[in-house]
Amino acid sequence: MGLEQFKNRNVGEQNYVMLDLGQSPTKGMDKFTQVVKRTFKGELFVGLWVTMREMINALFKGQMHTVKYPFEKLPISPRYRAIHDMLRLLESGHYRCIGCGLCEKICISNCITMDTRYDENQRKEVSEYTINFGRCIFCGYCAEVCPELAIVHGPRYETASEQRASFSLFEDMLTPIDKLNLQQEYDGFGAVSPNADENIKKTPLAY
Amino acid sequence: METTLAHNLPEVTAAGVWIKAIIILAVISAIAGFGTFIERKVLAFMQRRLGPMHVGPYGLLQLIADGIKLFTKEDIVPQNANKLIFMVAPIITAATAFIALAAVPVFPDFTIPEWIPLLGGTFVPSIAADLNIGILFVLGMMAAGLYGPLLAGMAQANKWGIIGAARTAIQFLSYEVVTGLSILAPIMLVGSLSFVDFNNAQAGGISNWLIWQQPVAFVLFLIAGFAETNRTPFDLLEHEAEVVSGYATEYSGMRWGMFFIGEYANMITISIIAAIVFLGGYSADGLGWLAIILKVAFFFFLMLWVRAAWPHVRPDQLMWLCWKVLMPIAVINVVITGIVMMV
Repeated sequence: MGLEQFKNRNVGEQNYVMLDLGQSPTKGMDKFTQVVKRTFKGELFVGLWVTMREMINALFKGQMHTVKYPFEKLPISPRYRAIHDMLRLLESGHYRCIGCGLCEKICISNCITMDTRYDENQRKEVSEYTINFGRCIFCGYCAEVCPELAIVHGPRYETASEQRASFSLFEDMLTPIDKLNLQQEYDGFGAVSPNADENIKKTPLAY
Repeated sequence: METTLAHNLPEVTAAGVWIKAIIILAVISAIAGFGTFIERKVLAFMQRRLGPMHVGPYGLLQLIADGIKLFTKEDIVPQNANKLIFMVAPIITAATAFIALAAVPVFPDFTIPEWIPLLGGTFVPSIAADLNIGILFVLGMMAAGLYGPLLAGMAQANKWGIIGAARTAIQFLSYEVVTGLSILAPIMLVGSLSFVDFNNAQAGGISNWLIWQQPVAFVLFLIAGFAETNRTPFDLLEHEAEVVSGYATEYSGMRWGMFFIGEYANMITISIIAAIVFLGGYSADGLGWLAIILKVAFFFFLMLWVRAAWPHVRPDQLMWLCWKVLMPIAVINVVITGIVMMV
């Protein structure tokens, strides 16, 4: 599934076609002729043929639409905003979050709560981090504002749960350390654009 | 009037009729269950999906699962309903559907082999009650079947039920007229109301089928039959999209199931009538009873096919079609048939 169709945000550019419906009859005779025309036009049989054709295609050519959902899943768009993931640094395995608090600050539904402290190395670490998914509106601002791409929207869209607390702690959202090799860079909402390298300009410091 | 079975056949006994009645009840009820499965499958394939797949191979055991569900579901009688009528209404639907089948030749006649104890040698007729007013009886019983949905809708103290009941009245009452008038022309040609006479009148090949003489009546009968069995283009009384579930809104469990056993039995009845009256019945050369089974299966499939293909109509469109289009055509058809017969 390509990204292009999701990147097109110009809603008004679809090619809408006006149906040529003609004029509805007003006089009695016109109504009568319309009824007679439609009676003998065989449109109903066209409908029957269409369904029969679909049945033949479905049965003998395997053209089915069914996805056996719990067993088969369709790929979701990278732009899809599902339950958050906290990513780790691929090299060290340490979490990426630097505790800047921007996500907490920008969160428009006030569902992110974080608390930080300095650890023994005088490095800032996140001591408390929760997202109240009962409040979260999945706007994606937290992922967009994160300077480290630490908080992203993961692919986990099956969000039914008995308790919303069960998937809202930092440790739950953080990539497990043994799954680090499976962690994928996020290319959705708020991620670095694919042509980011071209957009970087050399600063005077490089000279 | 000599309308009954050929004279060389054994005498019809009470035991034979009992066996026939039990066979009809058992088999048609089972077919009603199987019909729901086939309907779901056919509709699924026509809409490019799979239908029931998870219970048994290709979902075949879904029938059993449905049966268990229907029999074990709580039997709810709503608080403000008229309880007696509420409980009787589904029985009316199922009972009238099966009583109508009494005068219809459903399965071939046979004699139970002598070696079977007790019943050995009993002749089981093709028609449980070979009345010489067969068609009239069947149409009458199917008309009486309107009391099922009507009383069900009115008894349940639910506005959707009431609307469903009102729609039952307009639909069944309207289309009874068309059914009767459309089948009147073949009756005039054959001169009998017995299904056996209809069958015998069309013996001798496809060219003798009444559909060639009465194509208009055939189409009208099919349309009216769809309305009588409340199949989809005329599925007003339990139109889920408009009136939740119409007359069946408050029903649960086997009471709900009885409405649908009745509906499927009615579908089979209409299919058999159409096959016997217009398409040559069971005496088609060579195939015999297999011929009518194929024809009935075709009509059954046609009902599912139409359900997948065509949209619902509004109640006003339904009555418009019935009273302004179909009934005049039916009357004209009867008049022309009469003139042709006289000339």
